Amino acid sequence: MNLRADLAKIAAHVPEGARVLDVGCGEGDLMEALQLQKGCDARGMEIDPEAVAKAVSRGLSVVQGDANRDLADYPDGAFDVAILSQTLQTAQRPDWLLDQLLRVGREAFVSFPNFAYWRMRLFLLRNGRMPISRHLPGSWYETANIHHLTIADFHEFLTLRGVKVSGSWFFAADNEIGSGTGPFGANWRAEHAVFRLRR
Amino acid sequence: MANTSEIDFRSLVLDAPLALDSGRELAGVQVAYETYGELAPDRGNAVLIFHALTGDQFVAGTNPVTGKPGWWERMVGPGKPIDTDRFHVICANVIGSCLGSTGPSSAGPQGKPYAMQFPVITIRDMVRAQMAMLDALGIEKLHAVVGGSMGGMQALSCAANFPERTDRVLAIATTARHTAQNIAFHEMGRQAIMADPNWQGGDYYGGEAPAKGLAVARMAAHITYLSEEGLTTKFGRRLQDREAKSFGFDADFQVESYLRYQGLSFTDRFDANSYLYITRAMDYFDLAEEHGGLLADAFRGAKDTRFCLVSFDTDWLYTTADMREVVHALNAVAAPVSFVELSAPYGHDSFLLDVPALDRVVEGFIG
Repeated sequence: MNLRADLAKIAAHVPEGARVLDVGCGEGDLMEALQLQKGCDARGMEIDPEAVAKAVSRGLSVVQGDANRDLADYPDGAFDVAILSQTLQTAQRPDWLLDQLLRVGREAFVSFPNFAYWRMRLFLLRNGRMPISRHLPGSWYETANIHHLTIADFHEFLTLRGVKVSGSWFFAADNEIGSGTGPFGANWRAEHAVFRLRR
Repeated sequence: MANTSEIDFRSLVLDAPLALDSGRELAGVQVAYETYGELAPDRGNAVLIFHALTGDQFVAGTNPVTGKPGWWERMVGPGKPIDTDRFHVICANVIGSCLGSTGPSSAGPQGKPYAMQFPVITIRDMVRAQMAMLDALGIEKLHAVVGGSMGGMQALSCAANFPERTDRVLAIATTARHTAQNIAFHEMGRQAIMADPNWQGGDYYGGEAPAKGLAVARMAAHITYLSEEGLTTKFGRRLQDREAKSFGFDADFQVESYLRYQGLSFTDRFDANSYLYITRAMDYFDLAEEHGGLLADAFRGAKDTRFCLVSFDTDWLYTTADMREVVHALNAVAAPVSFVELSAPYGHDSFLLDVPALDRVVEGFIG
Protein backbone atom coordinates (compact mmCIF):
# COMPACT_ATOMS: atom_id res chain seq x y z
CA MET A 1 0.00 0.00 0.00
CA ASN A 2 1.18 3.50 -0.82
CA LEU A 3 0.84 5.77 2.16
CA ARG A 4 0.71 9.54 1.82
CA ALA A 5 4.17 11.08 2.34
CA ASP A 6 3.47 12.41 5.85
CA LEU A 7 1.88 9.11 6.91
CA ALA A 8 4.82 7.11 5.55
CA LYS A 9 7.20 9.30 7.56
CA ILE A 10 5.12 8.85 10.71
CA ALA A 11 4.89 5.09 10.13
CA ALA A 12 8.66 4.90 9.76
CA HIS A 13 9.26 6.54 13.14
CA VAL A 14 6.56 4.97 15.32
CA PRO A 15 8.32 2.50 17.65
CA GLU A 16 7.74 -1.22 17.14
CA GLY A 17 4.82 -2.63 19.10
CA ALA A 18 3.64 0.78 20.30
CA ARG A 19 0.09 1.42 21.45
CA VAL A 20 -1.10 4.01 18.96
CA LEU A 21 -4.15 6.28 18.67
CA ASP A 22 -4.70 7.74 15.20
CA VAL A 23 -6.97 10.76 15.59
CA GLY A 24 -8.85 11.38 12.36
CA CYS A 25 -7.83 7.98 11.02
CA GLY A 26 -10.12 8.00 7.97
CA GLU A 27 -10.52 4.48 6.63
CA GLY A 28 -7.49 3.34 8.62
CA ASP A 29 -4.66 3.18 6.05
CA LEU A 30 -2.01 4.26 8.56
CA MET A 31 -3.41 2.02 11.31
CA GLU A 32 -3.27 -0.99 9.04
CA ALA A 33 0.31 -0.19 8.01
CA LEU A 34 1.34 0.21 11.67
CA GLN A 35 -0.24 -3.11 12.61
CA LEU A 36 1.31 -4.99 9.70
CA GLN A 37 4.76 -3.36 9.57
CA LYS A 38 5.35 -2.44 13.20
CA GLY A 39 3.18 -4.87 15.16
CA CYS A 40 1.45 -1.90 16.76
CA ASP A 41 -1.76 -2.03 18.75
CA ALA A 42 -3.50 0.68 16.73
CA ARG A 43 -6.78 2.37 17.62
CA GLY A 44 -8.51 5.09 15.64
CA MET A 45 -10.96 7.95 16.00
CA GLU A 46 -12.87 9.25 13.01
CA ILE A 47 -15.84 11.58 12.64
CA ASP A 48 -17.18 10.27 9.30
CA PRO A 49 -19.45 7.23 9.94
CA GLU A 50 -18.87 5.78 6.47
CA ALA A 51 -15.11 5.87 6.95
CA VAL A 52 -15.55 4.25 10.38
CA ALA A 53 -17.71 1.51 8.87
CA LYS A 54 -15.03 0.82 6.25
CA ALA A 55 -12.25 0.76 8.85
CA VAL A 56 -14.26 -1.61 11.08
CA SER A 57 -14.93 -3.86 8.11
CA ARG A 58 -11.13 -4.04 7.63
CA GLY A 59 -10.92 -5.46 11.13
CA LEU A 60 -9.58 -2.25 12.71
CA SER A 61 -10.69 -0.79 16.04
CA VAL A 62 -12.10 2.63 15.28
CA VAL A 63 -14.42 4.75 17.38
CA GLN A 64 -16.67 7.25 15.69
CA GLY A 65 -16.10 10.52 17.45
CA ASP A 66 -15.33 14.17 17.21
CA ALA A 67 -11.74 14.87 18.23
CA ASN A 68 -12.84 18.35 19.33
CA ARG A 69 -14.81 16.72 22.14
CA ASP A 70 -14.29 12.99 22.47
CA LEU A 71 -10.51 12.88 23.01
CA ALA A 72 -11.34 13.96 26.56
CA ASP A 73 -12.80 10.45 27.10
CA TYR A 74 -9.41 8.72 26.98
CA PRO A 75 -7.39 8.27 30.18
CA ASP A 76 -4.01 10.04 30.65
CA GLY A 77 -1.14 8.26 28.96
CA ALA A 78 -3.46 5.65 27.43
CA PHE A 79 -1.23 5.44 24.36
CA ASP A 80 2.49 5.43 23.61
CA VAL A 81 1.87 7.47 20.50
CA ALA A 82 -0.98 9.75 19.45
CA ILE A 83 -1.17 10.82 15.80
CA LEU A 84 -2.92 13.83 14.29
CA SER A 85 -2.35 13.95 10.55
CA GLN A 86 -3.59 16.85 8.43
CA THR A 87 -6.32 17.56 10.99
CA LEU A 88 -4.92 20.29 13.26
CA GLN A 89 -6.04 23.06 10.92
CA THR A 90 -9.63 21.73 11.05
CA ALA A 91 -9.87 21.78 14.85
CA GLN A 92 -12.19 24.16 16.65
CA ARG A 93 -9.49 24.69 19.28
CA PRO A 94 -6.11 23.48 18.00
CA ASP A 95 -4.46 24.41 21.32
CA TRP A 96 -6.94 22.23 23.28
CA LEU A 97 -6.55 19.41 20.77
CA LEU A 98 -2.75 19.44 21.05
CA ASP A 99 -2.99 19.45 24.86
CA GLN A 100 -5.31 16.42 24.67
CA LEU A 101 -3.05 14.68 22.18
CA LEU A 102 -0.06 15.04 24.50
CA ARG A 103 -2.19 14.00 27.47
CA VAL A 104 -3.48 10.70 26.02
CA GLY A 105 -0.21 9.95 24.21
CA ARG A 106 3.25 9.89 25.77
CA GLU A 107 4.40 11.36 22.47
CA ALA A 108 2.63 12.69 19.42
CA PHE A 109 3.09 13.00 15.69
CA VAL A 110 1.41 16.00 14.11
CA SER A 111 1.33 16.82 10.40
CA PHE A 112 -0.23 19.90 8.81
CA PRO A 113 -0.16 21.96 5.62
CA ASN A 114 2.11 25.01 5.88
CA PHE A 115 0.23 28.19 4.98
CA ALA A 116 3.53 30.05 4.50
CA TYR A 117 4.61 27.77 1.60
CA TRP A 118 5.91 30.00 -1.16
CA ARG A 119 3.22 29.04 -3.64
CA MET A 120 0.56 30.03 -1.11
CA ARG A 121 2.32 33.35 -0.50
CA LEU A 122 2.57 33.95 -4.22
CA PHE A 123 -1.08 33.01 -4.79
CA LEU A 124 -2.22 35.50 -2.16
CA LEU A 125 0.17 38.18 -3.35
CA ARG A 126 -0.76 37.89 -7.01
CA ASN A 127 -4.49 37.17 -6.73
CA GLY A 128 -5.41 38.79 -3.45
CA ARG A 129 -7.60 35.78 -2.72
CA MET A 130 -7.45 32.87 -0.25
CA PRO A 131 -5.14 30.27 -1.74
CA ILE A 132 -6.55 26.94 -2.86
CA SER A 133 -4.13 24.04 -3.12
CA ARG A 134 -3.95 20.27 -3.13
CA HIS A 135 -3.55 20.23 0.67
CA LEU A 136 -6.04 23.03 1.27
CA PRO A 137 -8.84 22.50 -1.23
CA GLY A 138 -12.20 24.26 -1.08
CA SER A 139 -13.27 27.87 -1.01
CA TRP A 140 -12.99 29.93 2.18
CA TYR A 141 -16.71 29.63 2.92
CA GLU A 142 -16.93 25.86 2.72
CA THR A 143 -13.48 24.66 3.75
CA ALA A 144 -13.04 22.43 6.79
CA ASN A 145 -9.68 24.11 7.32
CA ILE A 146 -10.57 26.87 9.74
CA HIS A 147 -7.29 27.42 11.58
CA HIS A 148 -4.51 27.97 9.08
CA LEU A 149 -1.02 27.98 10.47
CA THR A 150 2.59 28.16 9.37
CA ILE A 151 5.64 26.22 10.49
CA ALA A 152 6.91 29.39 12.22
CA ASP A 153 3.57 29.77 14.05
CA PHE A 154 3.73 26.15 15.17
CA HIS A 155 7.30 26.52 16.48
CA GLU A 156 6.31 29.59 18.45
CA PHE A 157 3.26 27.81 19.90
CA LEU A 158 5.33 24.80 20.98
CA THR A 159 7.86 27.09 22.69
CA LEU A 160 5.07 28.94 24.51
CA ARG A 161 3.57 25.64 25.71
CA GLY A 162 6.89 24.10 26.61
CA VAL A 163 6.37 21.20 24.21
CA LYS A 164 9.59 19.46 23.13
CA VAL A 165 10.25 18.72 19.47
CA SER A 166 12.07 15.42 19.02
CA GLY A 167 11.87 15.37 15.23
CA SER A 168 10.57 17.32 12.28
CA TRP A 169 10.36 16.63 8.56
CA PHE A 170 9.45 18.94 5.71
CA PHE A 171 7.93 18.14 2.34
CA ALA A 172 7.20 19.81 -0.96
CA ALA A 173 5.12 17.90 -3.49
CA ASP A 174 5.59 14.68 -1.44
CA ASN A 175 9.38 14.93 -1.57
CA GLU A 176 11.24 15.39 1.68
CA ILE A 177 13.20 18.64 1.48
CA GLY A 178 14.72 18.60 4.92
CA SER A 179 14.48 17.49 8.50
CA GLY A 180 15.67 18.50 11.93
CA THR A 181 14.72 21.28 14.27
CA GLY A 182 15.26 24.26 11.99
CA PRO A 183 16.41 23.73 8.44
CA PHE A 184 16.99 26.88 6.51
CA GLY A 185 13.91 28.28 4.83
CA ALA A 186 11.52 25.48 5.83
CA ASN A 187 8.78 28.00 6.51
CA TRP A 188 8.66 29.11 2.89
CA ARG A 189 10.00 26.00 1.15
CA ALA A 190 7.81 23.35 2.81
CA GLU A 191 4.29 22.58 1.57
CA HIS A 192 3.58 20.44 4.61
CA ALA A 193 5.39 19.29 7.72
CA VAL A 194 5.52 16.45 10.26
CA PHE A 195 6.48 17.07 13.88
CA ARG A 196 7.28 14.57 16.60
CA LEU A 197 6.43 16.03 19.99
CA ARG A 198 6.79 15.30 23.70
CA ARG A 199 5.48 17.08 26.74
CA MET B 1 -51.27 -17.45 23.10
CA ALA B 2 -50.50 -19.72 20.20
CA ASN B 3 -50.59 -23.40 20.79
CA THR B 4 -46.87 -24.02 20.87
CA SER B 5 -47.28 -27.33 22.69
CA GLU B 6 -47.48 -29.17 19.38
CA ILE B 7 -44.11 -27.85 18.29
CA ASP B 8 -41.17 -30.00 19.25
CA PHE B 9 -38.59 -27.37 20.21
CA ARG B 10 -34.98 -28.52 20.06
CA SER B 11 -33.74 -28.17 23.61
CA LEU B 12 -31.56 -29.50 26.40
CA VAL B 13 -31.97 -29.64 30.16
CA LEU B 14 -29.23 -28.15 32.33
CA ASP B 15 -27.63 -30.67 34.71
CA ALA B 16 -27.25 -28.33 37.65
CA PRO B 17 -29.75 -25.91 39.16
CA LEU B 18 -29.21 -22.34 38.01
CA ALA B 19 -28.25 -19.93 40.80
CA LEU B 20 -30.07 -16.66 40.14
CA ASP B 21 -29.27 -13.04 41.04
CA SER B 22 -32.39 -12.99 43.23
CA GLY B 23 -30.79 -15.59 45.48
CA ARG B 24 -33.22 -18.25 44.33
CA GLU B 25 -32.37 -21.35 42.35
CA LEU B 26 -34.06 -22.72 39.28
CA ALA B 27 -33.80 -26.50 38.87
CA GLY B 28 -34.33 -28.56 35.73
CA VAL B 29 -33.90 -25.59 33.44
CA GLN B 30 -34.79 -26.32 29.85
CA VAL B 31 -33.00 -24.27 27.17
CA ALA B 32 -34.45 -24.36 23.67
CA TYR B 33 -31.99 -23.48 20.91
CA GLU B 34 -31.35 -23.65 17.20
CA THR B 35 -28.06 -23.98 15.32
CA TYR B 36 -27.09 -23.06 11.78
CA GLY B 37 -23.92 -24.14 9.96
CA GLU B 38 -21.40 -26.81 10.91
CA LEU B 39 -19.28 -26.72 14.05
CA ALA B 40 -15.61 -26.89 13.03
CA PRO B 41 -13.57 -29.87 14.32
CA ASP B 42 -11.61 -27.51 16.62
CA ARG B 43 -14.93 -26.03 17.85
CA GLY B 44 -13.57 -22.56 17.23
CA ASN B 45 -16.17 -21.17 14.84
CA ALA B 46 -19.20 -20.83 17.10
CA VAL B 47 -21.13 -17.55 17.15
CA LEU B 48 -23.78 -17.08 19.83
CA ILE B 49 -26.62 -14.74 18.93
CA PHE B 50 -28.75 -13.30 21.73
CA HIS B 51 -32.33 -12.42 20.85
CA ALA B 52 -34.33 -9.34 21.87
CA LEU B 53 -37.31 -9.03 24.27
CA THR B 54 -39.90 -10.78 22.15
CA GLY B 55 -37.46 -12.63 19.91
CA ASP B 56 -36.77 -16.31 19.78
CA GLN B 57 -34.20 -18.90 18.77
CA PHE B 58 -35.35 -18.94 15.14
CA VAL B 59 -32.80 -16.50 13.71
CA ALA B 60 -32.90 -17.80 10.15
CA GLY B 61 -34.92 -20.25 8.09
CA THR B 62 -38.65 -20.52 8.77
CA ASN B 63 -40.05 -19.89 12.22
CA PRO B 64 -42.30 -22.90 12.97
CA VAL B 65 -44.53 -20.81 15.28
CA THR B 66 -45.29 -17.95 12.91
CA GLY B 67 -44.50 -19.61 9.59
CA LYS B 68 -42.53 -16.47 8.73
CA PRO B 69 -38.80 -16.10 8.03
CA GLY B 70 -36.46 -16.02 11.05
CA TRP B 71 -36.05 -12.61 12.71
CA TRP B 72 -32.52 -12.02 11.41
CA GLU B 73 -32.80 -13.87 8.14
CA ARG B 74 -31.19 -10.91 6.38
CA MET B 75 -28.07 -11.17 8.57
CA VAL B 76 -27.62 -14.90 9.14
CA GLY B 77 -27.31 -17.61 6.49
CA PRO B 78 -25.07 -18.95 3.74
CA GLY B 79 -23.12 -16.04 2.24
CA LYS B 80 -24.81 -13.56 4.60
CA PRO B 81 -22.87 -11.15 6.87
CA ILE B 82 -22.85 -13.85 9.58
CA ASP B 83 -22.01 -16.59 7.14
CA THR B 84 -23.29 -20.02 8.14
CA ASP B 85 -20.99 -21.57 5.53
CA ARG B 86 -18.16 -20.53 7.86
CA PHE B 87 -19.68 -20.13 11.30
CA HIS B 88 -21.68 -22.38 13.58
CA VAL B 89 -24.42 -20.03 14.72
CA ILE B 90 -26.28 -20.81 17.95
CA CYS B 91 -29.31 -18.96 19.26
CA ALA B 92 -31.18 -19.91 22.42
CA ASN B 93 -34.56 -18.84 23.69
CA VAL B 94 -33.92 -16.88 26.92
CA ILE B 95 -35.16 -18.29 30.19
CA GLY B 96 -38.37 -16.55 31.22
CA SER B 97 -39.60 -16.70 27.61
CA CYS B 98 -42.22 -19.02 26.18
CA LEU B 99 -40.75 -20.76 23.12
CA GLY B 100 -39.31 -23.91 24.61
CA SER B 101 -37.10 -22.53 27.39
CA THR B 102 -38.20 -22.60 31.01
CA GLY B 103 -40.43 -19.65 31.84
CA PRO B 104 -43.58 -18.75 33.76
CA SER B 105 -45.74 -20.88 31.45
CA SER B 106 -43.58 -23.97 32.04
CA ALA B 107 -44.60 -26.61 34.54
CA GLY B 108 -43.13 -25.92 37.97
CA PRO B 109 -42.30 -28.44 40.70
CA GLN B 110 -45.98 -29.06 41.42
CA GLY B 111 -46.62 -29.94 37.81
CA LYS B 112 -48.72 -26.87 37.04
CA PRO B 113 -47.37 -23.72 35.35
CA TYR B 114 -45.14 -21.55 37.52
CA ALA B 115 -47.11 -18.39 36.63
CA MET B 116 -46.08 -15.75 39.18
CA GLN B 117 -44.23 -18.35 41.24
CA PHE B 118 -41.52 -18.16 38.61
CA PRO B 119 -38.49 -16.38 40.09
CA VAL B 120 -37.69 -12.87 38.88
CA ILE B 121 -34.71 -13.23 36.58
CA THR B 122 -32.05 -10.83 35.31
CA ILE B 123 -30.18 -10.35 32.06
CA ARG B 124 -27.17 -11.98 33.76
CA ASP B 125 -29.35 -15.01 34.65
CA MET B 126 -30.31 -15.34 30.97
CA VAL B 127 -26.61 -15.29 30.07
CA ARG B 128 -25.77 -17.80 32.81
CA ALA B 129 -28.32 -20.22 31.35
CA GLN B 130 -26.79 -19.86 27.90
CA MET B 131 -23.25 -20.35 29.17
CA ALA B 132 -24.45 -23.55 30.88
CA MET B 133 -26.02 -24.54 27.55
CA LEU B 134 -22.63 -24.02 25.86
CA ASP B 135 -21.03 -26.25 28.52
CA ALA B 136 -23.57 -28.93 27.67
CA LEU B 137 -22.83 -28.49 23.97
CA GLY B 138 -19.07 -28.76 24.63
CA ILE B 139 -18.28 -25.27 23.34
CA GLU B 140 -15.74 -23.54 25.54
CA LYS B 141 -14.86 -20.43 23.60
CA LEU B 142 -16.97 -18.50 21.12
CA HIS B 143 -15.69 -16.70 18.05
CA ALA B 144 -18.22 -13.97 18.83
CA VAL B 145 -21.35 -13.07 20.74
CA VAL B 146 -23.81 -10.87 18.89
CA GLY B 147 -27.01 -9.15 19.94
CA GLY B 148 -29.29 -6.19 19.33
CA SER B 149 -31.47 -4.43 21.91
CA MET B 150 -31.95 -6.86 24.83
CA GLY B 151 -29.65 -9.18 22.89
CA GLY B 152 -27.01 -6.46 23.09
CA MET B 153 -27.52 -6.25 26.86
CA GLN B 154 -26.82 -9.99 27.06
CA ALA B 155 -23.73 -9.53 24.86
CA LEU B 156 -22.39 -6.81 27.18
CA SER B 157 -23.32 -8.86 30.24
CA CYS B 158 -21.50 -11.85 28.75
CA ALA B 159 -18.38 -9.70 28.21
CA ALA B 160 -18.55 -8.42 31.78
CA ASN B 161 -19.30 -11.71 33.53
CA PHE B 162 -17.85 -14.37 31.23
CA PRO B 163 -15.04 -12.57 29.34
CA GLU B 164 -13.15 -15.84 28.89
CA ARG B 165 -16.00 -17.28 26.81
CA THR B 166 -15.71 -15.05 23.74
CA ASP B 167 -13.14 -13.37 21.51
CA ARG B 168 -15.51 -10.76 20.12
CA VAL B 169 -18.57 -8.85 21.30
CA LEU B 170 -20.92 -7.15 18.87
CA ALA B 171 -23.64 -5.11 20.59
CA ILE B 172 -26.16 -3.21 18.50
CA ALA B 173 -28.79 -0.60 19.47
CA THR B 174 -28.42 -1.31 23.15
CA THR B 175 -27.41 0.14 26.49
CA ALA B 176 -25.54 -0.76 29.66
CA ARG B 177 -28.38 0.55 31.82
CA HIS B 178 -32.13 0.93 31.58
CA THR B 179 -33.08 4.58 32.09
CA ALA B 180 -36.09 5.92 33.99
CA GLN B 181 -37.82 6.46 30.64
CA ASN B 182 -37.12 2.86 29.56
CA ILE B 183 -38.49 1.56 32.86
CA ALA B 184 -41.52 3.85 32.60
CA PHE B 185 -42.56 2.46 29.22
CA HIS B 186 -42.17 -1.10 30.47
CA GLU B 187 -44.15 -0.40 33.61
CA MET B 188 -46.99 0.96 31.51
CA GLY B 189 -47.03 -2.28 29.53
CA ARG B 190 -46.98 -4.43 32.63
CA GLN B 191 -49.81 -2.47 34.20
CA ALA B 192 -51.87 -2.94 31.02
CA ILE B 193 -51.43 -6.71 31.32
CA MET B 194 -52.20 -6.79 35.02
CA ALA B 195 -55.29 -4.59 34.51
CA ASP B 196 -56.75 -7.14 32.11
CA PRO B 197 -59.40 -9.10 34.11
CA ASN B 198 -58.20 -12.26 32.37
CA TRP B 199 -54.76 -11.92 33.93
CA GLN B 200 -56.10 -13.40 37.23
CA GLY B 201 -52.92 -12.73 39.19
CA GLY B 202 -51.02 -14.61 36.50
CA ASP B 203 -53.03 -17.85 36.87
CA TYR B 204 -54.73 -17.76 33.50
CA TYR B 205 -53.21 -20.89 31.98
CA GLY B 206 -55.93 -23.22 30.84
CA GLY B 207 -58.34 -20.28 30.55
CA GLU B 208 -58.57 -17.04 28.61
CA ALA B 209 -55.20 -15.28 28.31
CA PRO B 210 -54.99 -11.52 29.06
CA ALA B 211 -54.68 -10.82 25.34
CA LYS B 212 -56.09 -7.29 25.47
CA GLY B 213 -53.65 -6.19 28.12
CA LEU B 214 -50.74 -7.82 26.31
CA ALA B 215 -51.81 -6.19 23.04
CA VAL B 216 -51.82 -2.74 24.65
CA ALA B 217 -48.39 -3.42 26.15
CA ARG B 218 -47.09 -4.38 22.74
CA MET B 219 -48.64 -1.33 21.09
CA ALA B 220 -46.97 1.03 23.54
CA ALA B 221 -43.63 -0.75 23.20
CA HIS B 222 -43.90 -0.81 19.44
CA ILE B 223 -44.09 2.99 19.33
CA THR B 224 -40.75 3.14 21.13
CA TYR B 225 -39.18 0.92 18.47
CA LEU B 226 -40.02 3.35 15.65
CA SER B 227 -38.95 6.90 14.93
CA GLU B 228 -41.34 9.80 14.53
CA GLU B 229 -39.95 10.26 11.03
CA GLY B 230 -40.58 6.57 10.28
CA LEU B 231 -44.19 6.75 11.47
CA THR B 232 -44.79 9.94 9.50
CA THR B 233 -43.34 8.44 6.32
CA LYS B 234 -45.24 5.17 6.72
CA PHE B 235 -48.63 6.52 7.87
CA GLY B 236 -48.70 10.27 8.22
CA ARG B 237 -52.29 11.26 9.05
CA ARG B 238 -53.71 8.97 6.36
CA LEU B 239 -57.07 7.36 7.09
CA GLN B 240 -57.67 3.62 7.08
CA ASP B 241 -60.07 2.33 4.37
CA ARG B 242 -62.33 5.38 4.61
CA GLU B 243 -62.78 8.77 3.02
CA ALA B 244 -63.45 10.79 6.14
CA LYS B 245 -63.10 10.66 9.90
CA SER B 246 -65.87 8.62 11.53
CA PHE B 247 -66.38 10.84 14.58
CA GLY B 248 -66.08 7.68 16.60
CA PHE B 249 -63.38 5.48 18.06
CA ASP B 250 -62.78 3.00 15.30
CA ALA B 251 -59.27 2.85 13.90
CA ASP B 252 -59.73 5.90 11.67
CA PHE B 253 -56.05 6.42 11.13
CA GLN B 254 -53.73 3.94 9.44
CA VAL B 255 -51.33 4.20 12.35
CA GLU B 256 -54.09 3.08 14.74
CA SER B 257 -54.98 0.14 12.54
CA TYR B 258 -51.31 -0.82 12.27
CA LEU B 259 -50.74 -0.70 16.03
CA ARG B 260 -53.90 -2.69 16.74
CA TYR B 261 -52.72 -5.35 14.31
CA GLN B 262 -49.24 -5.39 15.85
CA GLY B 263 -50.73 -5.74 19.31
CA LEU B 264 -53.18 -8.50 18.43
CA SER B 265 -50.85 -10.60 16.29
CA PHE B 266 -48.29 -10.45 19.10
CA THR B 267 -50.70 -12.15 21.50
CA ASP B 268 -50.81 -15.16 19.18
CA ARG B 269 -47.16 -15.89 19.75
CA PHE B 270 -46.28 -14.56 23.18
CA ASP B 271 -47.16 -15.28 26.78
CA ALA B 272 -48.21 -12.29 28.91
CA ASN B 273 -46.39 -13.49 32.01
CA SER B 274 -43.20 -13.95 29.98
CA TYR B 275 -43.60 -10.33 28.92
CA LEU B 276 -43.79 -9.29 32.58
CA TYR B 277 -40.70 -11.26 33.55
CA ILE B 278 -38.51 -10.30 30.62
CA THR B 279 -39.31 -6.58 30.81
CA ARG B 280 -38.50 -6.78 34.54
CA ALA B 281 -35.12 -8.31 33.74
CA MET B 282 -34.38 -5.45 31.33
CA ASP B 283 -35.44 -2.84 33.89
CA TYR B 284 -33.10 -4.36 36.48
CA PHE B 285 -30.21 -4.21 34.01
CA ASP B 286 -27.47 -1.85 35.14
CA LEU B 287 -24.06 -3.22 34.32
CA ALA B 288 -22.23 -0.56 36.35
CA GLU B 289 -24.34 -1.22 39.45
CA GLU B 290 -23.57 -4.93 39.15
CA HIS B 291 -19.87 -4.08 39.29
CA GLY B 292 -19.62 -1.61 42.16
CA GLY B 293 -20.97 1.46 40.39
CA LEU B 294 -18.25 2.07 37.81
CA LEU B 295 -19.02 0.79 34.31
CA ALA B 296 -15.32 0.50 33.45
CA ASP B 297 -14.95 -2.01 36.31
CA ALA B 298 -17.50 -4.24 34.57
CA PHE B 299 -15.08 -4.65 31.67
CA ARG B 300 -11.76 -5.06 33.55
CA GLY B 301 -11.66 -8.73 32.63
CA ALA B 302 -12.51 -8.09 28.99
CA LYS B 303 -9.62 -5.85 27.98
CA ASP B 304 -8.42 -8.39 25.42
CA THR B 305 -11.89 -8.92 23.96
CA ARG B 306 -12.62 -7.10 20.71
CA PHE B 307 -15.76 -4.97 20.90
CA CYS B 308 -17.91 -3.46 18.19
CA LEU B 309 -20.76 -1.21 19.21
CA VAL B 310 -23.37 0.17 16.83
CA SER B 311 -26.09 2.74 17.44
CA PHE B 312 -28.62 4.35 15.10
CA ASP B 313 -29.21 8.08 14.79
CA THR B 314 -33.02 7.73 14.95
CA ASP B 315 -33.08 5.31 17.92
CA TRP B 316 -34.49 7.23 20.87
CA LEU B 317 -34.96 4.11 23.02
CA TYR B 318 -31.25 3.27 23.36
CA THR B 319 -29.41 6.32 22.14
CA THR B 320 -25.96 7.05 20.80
CA ALA B 321 -25.27 8.84 24.10
CA ASP B 322 -26.05 5.59 25.98
CA MET B 323 -23.66 3.73 23.70
CA ARG B 324 -20.93 6.33 24.13
CA GLU B 325 -20.93 5.60 27.86
CA VAL B 326 -20.03 2.00 27.02
CA VAL B 327 -17.33 3.20 24.60
CA HIS B 328 -15.95 5.46 27.31
CA ALA B 329 -15.82 2.59 29.82
CA LEU B 330 -14.10 0.29 27.31
CA ASN B 331 -11.54 2.98 26.51
CA ALA B 332 -10.86 3.33 30.21
CA VAL B 333 -9.77 -0.32 30.36
CA ALA B 334 -8.01 -0.04 26.96
CA ALA B 335 -10.17 -2.75 25.38
CA PRO B 336 -10.04 -2.76 21.57
CA VAL B 337 -13.35 -1.12 20.77
CA SER B 338 -14.98 0.07 17.58
CA PHE B 339 -18.05 2.24 17.62
CA VAL B 340 -20.18 3.65 14.85
CA GLU B 341 -23.47 5.54 14.79
CA LEU B 342 -25.24 4.54 11.59
CA SER B 343 -27.83 6.63 9.87
CA ALA B 344 -31.14 4.83 9.30
CA PRO B 345 -34.73 6.09 9.32
CA TYR B 346 -36.37 3.25 11.26
CA GLY B 347 -35.59 4.12 14.88
CA HIS B 348 -34.68 1.34 17.32
CA ASP B 349 -35.92 -1.36 14.93
CA SER B 350 -33.19 -0.39 12.44
CA PHE B 351 -31.06 -3.29 13.68
CA LEU B 352 -33.62 -5.72 12.25
CA LEU B 353 -34.27 -3.90 8.99
CA ASP B 354 -32.62 -3.09 5.69
CA VAL B 355 -29.54 -1.06 6.66
CA PRO B 356 -26.72 -2.08 4.29
CA ALA B 357 -24.10 -0.21 6.33
CA LEU B 358 -24.93 -2.47 9.29
CA ASP B 359 -24.42 -5.55 7.12
CA ARG B 360 -20.94 -4.30 6.17
CA VAL B 361 -19.96 -3.55 9.76
CA VAL B 362 -21.22 -6.92 11.02
CA GLU B 363 -19.52 -8.85 8.22
CA GLY B 364 -16.25 -6.97 8.67
CA PHE B 365 -16.21 -7.32 12.43
CA ILE B 366 -17.20 -10.99 12.60
CA GLY B 367 -14.48 -11.57 9.98
